[in-house]
Amino acid sequence: MNEQPIYLDYNATTPVDPRVVEAMLPYLHEHYGNPSSDHAYGRRAKAAVEEARAKVAALIGARSEEIVFTACATEANNLALQGAARARLAEGRTLLVASAVEHPSVIRPLRQMAAEGWSVTELPVDAAGRVRVNEAARAVTQDTAVVSVMLANNEVGTLQPIREIAAIARAQGALMHVDAAQAAGKVPVDVNALGADLLTLAGHKFHAPKGVGALYVRAGTPLLPIMHGAGHERGLRPGTENVPHVVALGEAARIARECLAEEAARLAALRDALHGRLAAAIPALVLNGHETERLPNTLNLAFPGVEGWRLLEAAPDIAAATGSACHAGQHAVSGVLAAMGCDRARALGAVRLSLGRFTTQAEVEAAAAALIAAWQSLQA
Amino acid sequence: MVKTPIYLDYSATTPVDPRVAAKMIPYLTEHFGNPASRSHSFGWEADRAVEAAREQVAALVGADPKEIVWTSGATESNNLAIKGAAHFYKGKGKHLITVKTEHKAVLDTCRELERQGFEVTYLGVKDNGLLDLDEFKAALRPDTLLASVMFVNNEIGVIQDIPRLGEICREKGVLFHVDAAQAAGKVEIDLAKLKVDLMSFSAHKIYGPKGIGALYVRRKPRVRLEAQMHGGGHERGMRSGTLATHQIVGMGEAFAIAKQEMHLENERIRMLRDRLLKGVSDIEEVHVNGDPDARIAGNLNVSFNFVEGESLIMAIKDLAVSSGSACTSASLEPSYVLKALGRNDELAHSSIRFTIGRFTTEAEIDYAVKLLHEKIGKLREMSPLWEMYKDGIDLDTVQWAAH
Repeated sequence: MNEQPIYLDYNATTPVDPRVVEAMLPYLHEHYGNPSSDHAYGRRAKAAVEEARAKVAALIGARSEEIVFTACATEANNLALQGAARARLAEGRTLLVASAVEHPSVIRPLRQMAAEGWSVTELPVDAAGRVRVNEAARAVTQDTAVVSVMLANNEVGTLQPIREIAAIARAQGALMHVDAAQAAGKVPVDVNALGADLLTLAGHKFHAPKGVGALYVRAGTPLLPIMHGAGHERGLRPGTENVPHVVALGEAARIARECLAEEAARLAALRDALHGRLAAAIPALVLNGHETERLPNTLNLAFPGVEGWRLLEAAPDIAAATGSACHAGQHAVSGVLAAMGCDRARALGAVRLSLGRFTTQAEVEAAAAALIAAWQSLQA
Repeated sequence: MVKTPIYLDYSATTPVDPRVAAKMIPYLTEHFGNPASRSHSFGWEADRAVEAAREQVAALVGADPKEIVWTSGATESNNLAIKGAAHFYKGKGKHLITVKTEHKAVLDTCRELERQGFEVTYLGVKDNGLLDLDEFKAALRPDTLLASVMFVNNEIGVIQDIPRLGEICREKGVLFHVDAAQAAGKVEIDLAKLKVDLMSFSAHKIYGPKGIGALYVRRKPRVRLEAQMHGGGHERGMRSGTLATHQIVGMGEAFAIAKQEMHLENERIRMLRDRLLKGVSDIEEVHVNGDPDARIAGNLNVSFNFVEGESLIMAIKDLAVSSGSACTSASLEPSYVLKALGRNDELAHSSIRFTIGRFTTEAEIDYAVKLLHEKIGKLREMSPLWEMYKDGIDLDTVQWAAH
């Protein structure tokens, strides 16, 4: 038995890459200045922040000045939605459009804004979790302020047809927001190829530490801040810059960009090997999500005849989840699977296995064996 | 031999204490779980660390751990406290009170509320930087829902009479928010006794990491807030977003160290500050800004009359100091805090904030004193105003020719 369980929950969070730790540590004790301070300590910190901004921009094909650092993806999503919707109120654009499978940090702010008087339209998805482009074309009107669709779903990994949806948004003069928290570092993300006006990044999903994220804001995009203060980040996000973490995000972005293609191929092979082993031993195992248009690391499976959380309880050597960490603790049906039209039994049998940079072939083999044994033990 | 530049800007930010960093690092790589993950030990372990840190933060300030909400820093805490309370209690009234010398995170948040239809009274301060309690009392109205007063001012270090202000607010049924970013670890804070409903904290001002803070939200009597960021419903719905375990662990440790060491440390820092003050007080025309007694140990804000602030900072660039708050240092405007004290533009322009901290040494202070003597002498030799002053001309009566 392993001392620590096998970690297959990289979509919940990732360990910080040791190279990233190394890059950030000097900014804790040695170069600790406040970037707003006009002395050597401050200037050093400011230079580090700007260098990191360029690295983050490079990961997504943006310009440095289009990157706004935030505390996390939740904040970036709130800033994008609340900030853009409020900025466009004067134009009379009061409609917000989002897919039915968005993360709570998109759904909840929209719900709040609906309570404040905005109209919100939800775009349905197909059985694989993809937004139907023709539905988007119907939903987005000249009243639409923002369209928000995630690039990759956190639970099932399905990739959305962002380019097509963004073209629809642009044609109606609406802004396109893309939550790329789960996608960045796993698949190529290019703001221009996607047609995104606003795009959310989460550091801790690609081996930067928790507590830092970023929002891409295309030059010229109307946006109002949601926090008020001393005018950092071009007035869009006040608060002393979190220098060590910004540096870490930059380094994580650099590494992700460097090893993206190779790593995606390696993870897809491991994931498919895991899927193959499980499917061979468990008849009627069903994949949740899209067969091909999917993150290379994500495997969401409906185990027949068991509830996902019972299966994980019976396999304590595996660290995985039944759904998103953000609504963990409830043994309820996942909203994402419900939106995909999964029936209750299938949805309750779901387990999300998500692989990452430190996952090995040996771990995948051991995990498959442990999950099969656990499933069999529950069949008695 | 001292290493330059000497850091005397501890109110802008502080280095992370090596003991704090040592606690944080294992939570980056080894115990990296998401505290919200409920289905495995990585998550459980992270969650335990978060709760232990919550106890450490609560312990320094006499709060119940359940009253601590994690945020990304004092700016977010101030936003959440003021807007969150104003939005939740807007049925009760639309009036707020704050002070002209508050941090921008409070003032700018209040301006936003004005745009949303709230009314805000911005109280002035006495020439020592302290609030006039009678004036404060008189400003409270039946429709006042919240008052926000900082514990310790970031520029001049003065300590407001939070116990009395709290009594006044409680008596009138007005919520009381205190920005304690500059106070925690420097002054005694006991929320079991203080009549404070909401209090903002920052980690990077007390040797914890940047990017993490907390908001105290009183449970008895219960204070409610409308969340400003929405999502997974973390922090009992008051603040969504994945908790940064290592950051929280760092803040907890920084607060625990402060609880252990603040009394001894304050003694040492006060001694250094007094040494600095004594060292510069034989320079002519030196004025201390802010009350000499009701101020934290580490702060000395002085105006060197007849010396232009920017040239002074250039001349003493071996000292990392600021002319005011770091958050407004990009502007060439004189400090709004000093102007609120009634200082004229010249004096405000010639002021320097020295803030002393955990790693400041006596040798560094002596070096600073020597440098200040040298450079101020030189700058004044070149100053026509100084010459006129020395000639006994009252500069206020001079008619300057336009050109």
